[in-house]
Amino acid sequence: MSAALTARRMGASVLMIESANKDLRGGNSRHVRNIRYTHKAATDYVTGGYEADEYMADLMRVTDGNTNEELARFMIDASEDAVDWMLEQGIKFQPPLSGTLGLARTNAFFLGGGKAMMNSYFKACEKLGIDIVFEAEVETMEVADGRFEAAMVRHGGELHRVEARTVVLASGGFEANIEWLKEGWGEIADNFLVRGSPMNTGKVLRSMLDNGAKPIGAVDQCHAVAIDGRAPKFDGGIATRVDCVIFSVVVNKLGKRFYDEGEDIWPKRYAIWGRLVAKQPDQVAYAIIDQKSVGLFMPTVYSAIKADTLADLADQLGVDAAEMEKTIAEYNAAVQPGDFNPTEPDGCTTVGLEPAKTNWARKIDTPPYYGYPVKMGITFTYLGVEVNKSAQVIMNDDKPATNIWAAGEIMAGNILGQGYAGGTGMAIGTVFGRIAGEEAARHARN
Amino acid sequence: MPATETLEEAKRVMQICNSCRYCEGYCAVFPAMTKRLLFGDGDVTYLANLCHGCQGCFYACQYAPPHEFAVNVPKTFAELRAETYRDYAWPGVFKGLLEGNAKWVALITVVLTALLGIGTLMVQGVDKVTAVHTGAGAFYEVIPHNVIVYLASAPFALAIIAFIIGALKFWRDIGAKPAELFSPSAVWQALKDVGQMKYMAGGGHGCNYPNDNYSMGRRYAHQFTMWGFMLCFAATSVATLYHYAFGWEAPYDYLSIPVVLGTLGGIGIVIGPIGLLVIKKNADPEPRDTKRTGMDLAFLWMLILTGVTGLALLVLRETSLMGPLLIIHLGIVLALFVTFPYGKMAHAVYRMASLIRFAHERKPS
Repeated sequence: MSAALTARRMGASVLMIESANKDLRGGNSRHVRNIRYTHKAATDYVTGGYEADEYMADLMRVTDGNTNEELARFMIDASEDAVDWMLEQGIKFQPPLSGTLGLARTNAFFLGGGKAMMNSYFKACEKLGIDIVFEAEVETMEVADGRFEAAMVRHGGELHRVEARTVVLASGGFEANIEWLKEGWGEIADNFLVRGSPMNTGKVLRSMLDNGAKPIGAVDQCHAVAIDGRAPKFDGGIATRVDCVIFSVVVNKLGKRFYDEGEDIWPKRYAIWGRLVAKQPDQVAYAIIDQKSVGLFMPTVYSAIKADTLADLADQLGVDAAEMEKTIAEYNAAVQPGDFNPTEPDGCTTVGLEPAKTNWARKIDTPPYYGYPVKMGITFTYLGVEVNKSAQVIMNDDKPATNIWAAGEIMAGNILGQGYAGGTGMAIGTVFGRIAGEEAARHARN
Repeated sequence: MPATETLEEAKRVMQICNSCRYCEGYCAVFPAMTKRLLFGDGDVTYLANLCHGCQGCFYACQYAPPHEFAVNVPKTFAELRAETYRDYAWPGVFKGLLEGNAKWVALITVVLTALLGIGTLMVQGVDKVTAVHTGAGAFYEVIPHNVIVYLASAPFALAIIAFIIGALKFWRDIGAKPAELFSPSAVWQALKDVGQMKYMAGGGHGCNYPNDNYSMGRRYAHQFTMWGFMLCFAATSVATLYHYAFGWEAPYDYLSIPVVLGTLGGIGIVIGPIGLLVIKKNADPEPRDTKRTGMDLAFLWMLILTGVTGLALLVLRETSLMGPLLIIHLGIVLALFVTFPYGKMAHAVYRMASLIRFAHERKPS
């Protein structure tokens, strides 16, 4: 989007090839909510300043240093005018309301979220005369010696050869391509849920890699969280997340615990639970709470499964009942007295239990009991194409491709080697999209 | 209480919305929703009546159809509101008027106007009705003042009684405390919200019309309608004061306070509803309750007819058409008042009650 609008404003003629129909347009961006950007002070949309150094430190922390520092720093600096630019395109933001998310200072929130943002973007495209073809999927790219020649596009049941002087790849990751996920994860990928667009099959990425683009990131690196196991296979988005883990005991199908549920506050831990659950039998786990914890966490899209006894709950969930009762009895026996505080790590812990629960450990003893099945939900993948500061795609000989640029999830792995901080994806997409659009338009003109 | 299936659908949708909350910036509904974990019948009835139908949340919704969650808040709430108006109508025997509302409103208008016309002709005779009357008390040569007063004030008073009873039942069912209805600060806040039509501004950019585009058109058209209506009411109040306190009889001078207020108000209740009709015609049907468009149309047309006949009466009051126009105008106003509790006017009552409730809820506790 940002590439198309920027290129069009520079006078280029732009064709946007969108694999989705109008309802699902905009890829995973329709599920986003905010953008993390550098800003010196509070504005109408954020509660305080967020300088580039702090942004960089946060990024280093969440990725564990697994980033291209130069590119990351460049992106962070360039993000400073991202919100102003988006406002100029007609994107609407809301005042900082979401105190509970803890992002009101660092991130600007789109009024109505990502789909509303996409509506505004598409409107801006129409106004500027950008041609958009919906339900058109790029099957393969024709690339010779680092030079884009044409794309083979399936549209209306036929394959079309589309030539252009330059191309910007903004086709997302491959999280909706279960077969590809299996290359990194094996057969268990069949049990993963995909939180975003079913259109993100990674065909463009695959074709680029086949044509000699230099890959970045590992095939099994992805942002994956624990979401409600009853969620749709695709497109469940934000609403399917389960936030009760820190107040719960999480068991697998065999009724056994496998990780410290209370390691840290949930916003700092939710992204590891996808992988944890993926390692359990049948890639499913069950968060168990009792009446005491009702109302302490964000409401869930599916009601909890409820029972008056743990054995009944286990039966309803499909968990080994005897084992689960034993696990919870052992856990209850290990819980130490303490001052429970749901809002911060409270030191309420277990003793002599393996694995320990190090915060918010309270006995599960007050019926009714509630259970949420949780599975791994993939948000996005990190394997992509390497780019330089001009958003140019780097080929296997380490030289930039002549006329190919990339923006968004397809190149996010340059900056996010692992981990995630909310709103960074939008920043990467917007910053590199604008650069890619500018460079591609300039190149097309010459 | 509205039908079970409408309530259940609203609860289903609210549970999904409450775990998403992306729309918190649009209006009062979502902040009110986040204060709840579970949604009972009263909760969704309250939230539905808090909704101004701006439709921002529909076009922003990642779970709108064709998504399998099929979330459509504006449509769900519009249906629930229509059922609120029906099920809180008093006396209950008239609930049926809320189904096929346009037909009933038209019938009542024609019958009342015809009865008034026949009655006037029988009592006064054709000559007096079609004669030119000028000077103080000219209108009352055709229909005596006290007849006009009784004819208009009786249904108006009944409408107010019906609305008070409906509002109290509504207030009880949404789980609010009786005393809160009379809290000056909350009432004042709600009046401000209504005066500015704050929530027809959606998230500050207007309603979504005719599709995902933001537009202030609907808000402005509603402002013309609402303030036009208020000005007409003010004009009548001032005229009443003139008549009883000072003994000044209508018709009043073109630049007198009642005529100026009434003229401005009359223009408002003509152009505002015309704007709303145009918007309704061009709007996307998906986020709306298309089953009961008739109720909206009937109310808008009644306001337009009231305004047009009132303005015509003003312009032609010194001609032989004054008598017939007075009968028609009065017949329409009579029908408007009679149908107030059994039509779209009810939205003002339950919306106001919901806004008062919201004013309480958002106070820091």
